[in-house]
Amino acid sequence: MNGLMIIKIALRALARNKGRSLLTALGIIIGIAAVIAVVAVGQGASTNMKAQISSMGNNLLMIFPGSQNAGGFRGGSGTQQTLKVEDGEAILQECRFVTAMTPVIRTGVQCIFRENDWATQIQGVNTQYPKIRNWEIVSGDFFTEADIKSATRVCVLGKTVAAQLFQSEDPVGETIRIRNMPFRVIGVMAAKGTSAFGQDQDDTIIAPWTTVRRVLDKSKFNNVNQLLCSLTSMDNLTLARNDVSAILRQRHRIDGEDDDFTIMDMTEVTQMITQVSSLMTILLTVIASISLLVGGIGIMNIMLVAVTERTREIGLRLALGARRRDIMRQFLVESVVLSGVGGIIGIGLGVSAAYILGAVNHWPVVISPGSVLIALTFSAGVGIFFGFYPAWRAARLNPIESLRRE
Amino acid sequence: MLISLRQINKVYHMESVDVPALRNVSTDISAGEFVAIMGHSGSGKSTLLNLLGCLDMPDSGSYHLDGEQISGLDADALATIRNRKIGFVFQNFNLLPRTTAEENVELPLYYGLPMRSADRRARARKLLSRLGLEGRMKHHPGQLSGGQQQRVAIARALVNQPPLILADEPTGNLDSRSADDIMALFQELNREGITIVMVTHEPDIARFAKRVITMRDGEIT
Ligand SMILES: Nc1ncnc2c1ncn2[C@@H]1O[C@H](COP(=O)(O)OP(=O)(O)OP(=O)(O)O)[C@@H](O)[C@H]1O
Ligand SMILES: [Mg+2]
Repeated sequence: MNGLMIIKIALRALARNKGRSLLTALGIIIGIAAVIAVVAVGQGASTNMKAQISSMGNNLLMIFPGSQNAGGFRGGSGTQQTLKVEDGEAILQECRFVTAMTPVIRTGVQCIFRENDWATQIQGVNTQYPKIRNWEIVSGDFFTEADIKSATRVCVLGKTVAAQLFQSEDPVGETIRIRNMPFRVIGVMAAKGTSAFGQDQDDTIIAPWTTVRRVLDKSKFNNVNQLLCSLTSMDNLTLARNDVSAILRQRHRIDGEDDDFTIMDMTEVTQMITQVSSLMTILLTVIASISLLVGGIGIMNIMLVAVTERTREIGLRLALGARRRDIMRQFLVESVVLSGVGGIIGIGLGVSAAYILGAVNHWPVVISPGSVLIALTFSAGVGIFFGFYPAWRAARLNPIESLRRE
Repeated sequence: MLISLRQINKVYHMESVDVPALRNVSTDISAGEFVAIMGHSGSGKSTLLNLLGCLDMPDSGSYHLDGEQISGLDADALATIRNRKIGFVFQNFNLLPRTTAEENVELPLYYGLPMRSADRRARARKLLSRLGLEGRMKHHPGQLSGGQQQRVAIARALVNQPPLILADEPTGNLDSRSADDIMALFQELNREGITIVMVTHEPDIARFAKRVITMRDGEIT
């Protein structure tokens, strides 16, 4: 008997009890569909996340004021006044792995252009900022060293702010009011999208840090919310971190006690995200295993019923010359077809569910051929594993007794 | 000799008692014979036929079929012999339900030598029309009369062109008209050279055979 023939016979046997077969396969269908859908959405999210991480900048090292407590990156970072612009300049000078540095000073502001007003956050940085963040200017220019030296009231708008204040007009050359002070708009940044932490990176105004500190905050101190450094390459990450740490500890005269700063790099951000996604993978594996187990037991149960129902048929086939392995194969193929068809239906349902979920929630969806293949393999595997015992029972039947059975 | 039995014994072991079903059975049946096995209920007729059909093994004694020693063969070898050399006809027809007549007839071909499906179908249809079932190829057993069902079963028994047909009360479920038809068919097949061994307890049916073997308490008398 050739393979196609056996599958045809199995399909026919299953089609005799359509309702029963479908109900039996339901466990597999639901399990596979759930896994396919969640994996698709999860992979979409992680692809998105990776894009966002790389959108944060090139070979980035971030330094925050405040110590890191045991729980990890602490929420209040950036509130302490321990990190100064001079620290950043020292790092740039003394650490050979750091190619560029910018301070980041953030403060919330209200800005107005004609009748439009918008609450946003202004970031005071230096001229290295676009390079470090890998962020282009789409219209106009960025400010210069001269602007920083004399704390000029100029600013560059993020896409969201530009859209809120100017709609489709070109903001370059216009004057907006920030905290009621006139600022000249000299450029507009390219759209950057959502950050890995979920913020709209385009909802911002960028200005010389001196302007933000002296003019807006009216402060003579040079403390910052963050220092951003670009490294020569990620290969020197550990060396660079050690250098930066040593420089800051020396400058802050820290000896033995806890650091009053926190250094983070992209690997840590990536790790945080990987941790979340690996937790999800474990959860998913558990769900999948349970539903496949339940589905498999259902298949075993129904196959045992089928063997009992068809004892006479088995006896007849044996009398007509079927060998034990022919009987075994017939029932094994039947259970594999049952679970395999369940798997295929499950994949179809899962893919549809993923796309619907993605469309409704605007999530990206990635269907990897690998996950489909694994789902198919597993559903067929369940059929073999749980179909084995019923098939073995069928093959072991005695022809005479089976033929006599009513 | 097509069939040669020597000193065959078969005992069924029940919880407390041993039931001797066959006792020192020795007999020969040559090719081309048409034999009826008769005897009271429980005399061992079906047990003997099952042994001849390689569905069961004797406890002792030797059985040669078509020159081949059967006792001692493994299950797969027995299956192959059943497939090539023996056609079975049962009292209750034993057709697969919800399966067409032609598919029922094709069944033994699946377990034989590889064959194209068109050839299988052609062979089944040829036999069915020969047995007067031209218009019934696509009928399910439930849509056929008892006599027609038994003819489908006979077509199935013939499809692998075996030298031997074994029938256990083939007319037991049929009215006398259909029973006579089936017997006429057996005689015709026998004339073409097929050996037939048939169990029956009706003298009217045994009459169609060329020879009668009578059994009593597991022995041939
Ligand atoms: N599987 C079995 N287990 C135990 N005893 C059995 C079994 N099969 C048959 N027997 C016994 O063996 C003896 C012969 O049985 P067998 O079926 O061969 O009789 P039979 O001649 O075919 O009878 P009938 O005309 O009623 O069909 C009987 O006593 C029966 O009870
Ligand atoms: Mg009997």
